[in-house]
Amino acid sequence: MSIGILGKKLGMTSVFDDDGSQYPCTVIDVTPNVVTQIRTVEKDGYSAVQLSYGDRKDKHTTKPMKGHFEAAGTAPRRFLTEFQSHSEELSPADEVSAADIFVEGELIDVSGTSKGKGFQGVVKRHGFAGVGGATHGQHNRQRAPGSIGASSWPSRVVKGMRMGGRMGNDRVTVKNLRVIKILADQNLILVSGAVPGPTNGLVELRKKK
Amino acid sequence: MATDMINLVEATQMRDDIPEFGSGDTVNVHVRVIEGEKERIQQYQGVVIALKGSGTRRTFTVRKVSNGVGVERIFPIFSPRIAKIEVVREGSVRRAKLYYLRDRRGKSARIKEGRR
Repeated sequence: MSIGILGKKLGMTSVFDDDGSQYPCTVIDVTPNVVTQIRTVEKDGYSAVQLSYGDRKDKHTTKPMKGHFEAAGTAPRRFLTEFQSHSEELSPADEVSAADIFVEGELIDVSGTSKGKGFQGVVKRHGFAGVGGATHGQHNRQRAPGSIGASSWPSRVVKGMRMGGRMGNDRVTVKNLRVIKILADQNLILVSGAVPGPTNGLVELRKKK
Repeated sequence: MATDMINLVEATQMRDDIPEFGSGDTVNVHVRVIEGEKERIQQYQGVVIALKGSGTRRTFTVRKVSNGVGVERIFPIFSPRIAKIEVVREGSVRRAKLYYLRDRRGKSARIKEGRR
């Protein structure tokens, strides 16, 4: 577990630095996260802080979760994640903003759920080269996986053979992205490069391990 | 809402000292060149043959013929490396991308003066 915060991907743009180089960057909304629970070594066996992002409608909140938020003294929240605590003094209902954790120029890791691609073949999903060329009487083999194993021995396909299937919608982490700018007034953070997931997707920003 | 925030971020990157110009105009771009410690201004004059992109990613392409060799440079329009852009001559053209100039030499590569 690492020190971090939750945010929402807003999209990409580019920024210039002082010497005129242009960098692609992702804009992430980091509206201050509300602390909903403190985990302690005495009570839970480990120490952590549970942060929350976004509001959840009352009618969408289950009774057990209502109790959880009541105990923290907060309104119902949408996304909850545990992080390592960056400060000893945090207590439930406190707000954690990006500027409390990150500094400009720092390298961070960003996790999110990648865009779902549906059922994809091996060329897109696993980077296979496909079979053969298009000419010389070649029929419909261009994006085929080729051989998936030997014959009478072992008479089966080995486990873990890469084949077509559902692609995307996985948790993906991109490491070592530079924090270009923290706009505290707008609750925005600019991170160099691309970040997993669609616009308006939830992302997790963590200090580099 | 997401686009509003992106526009807000882009607004901080844009410059308001860039004159308005379009394809077919002749511009003189003053480029800051950093050589080691020293910085000097280099001028690059030519015809704008294309404008591309939007927001902070907007670029323009300037073509000139230097010693018989066609040279094209693409500048990000809001780059801090551009010290100044002068519009030397306004040209009247009938399309936005003047790539046909690449195949032309001399008399046929001229552009009529005037605003569209």
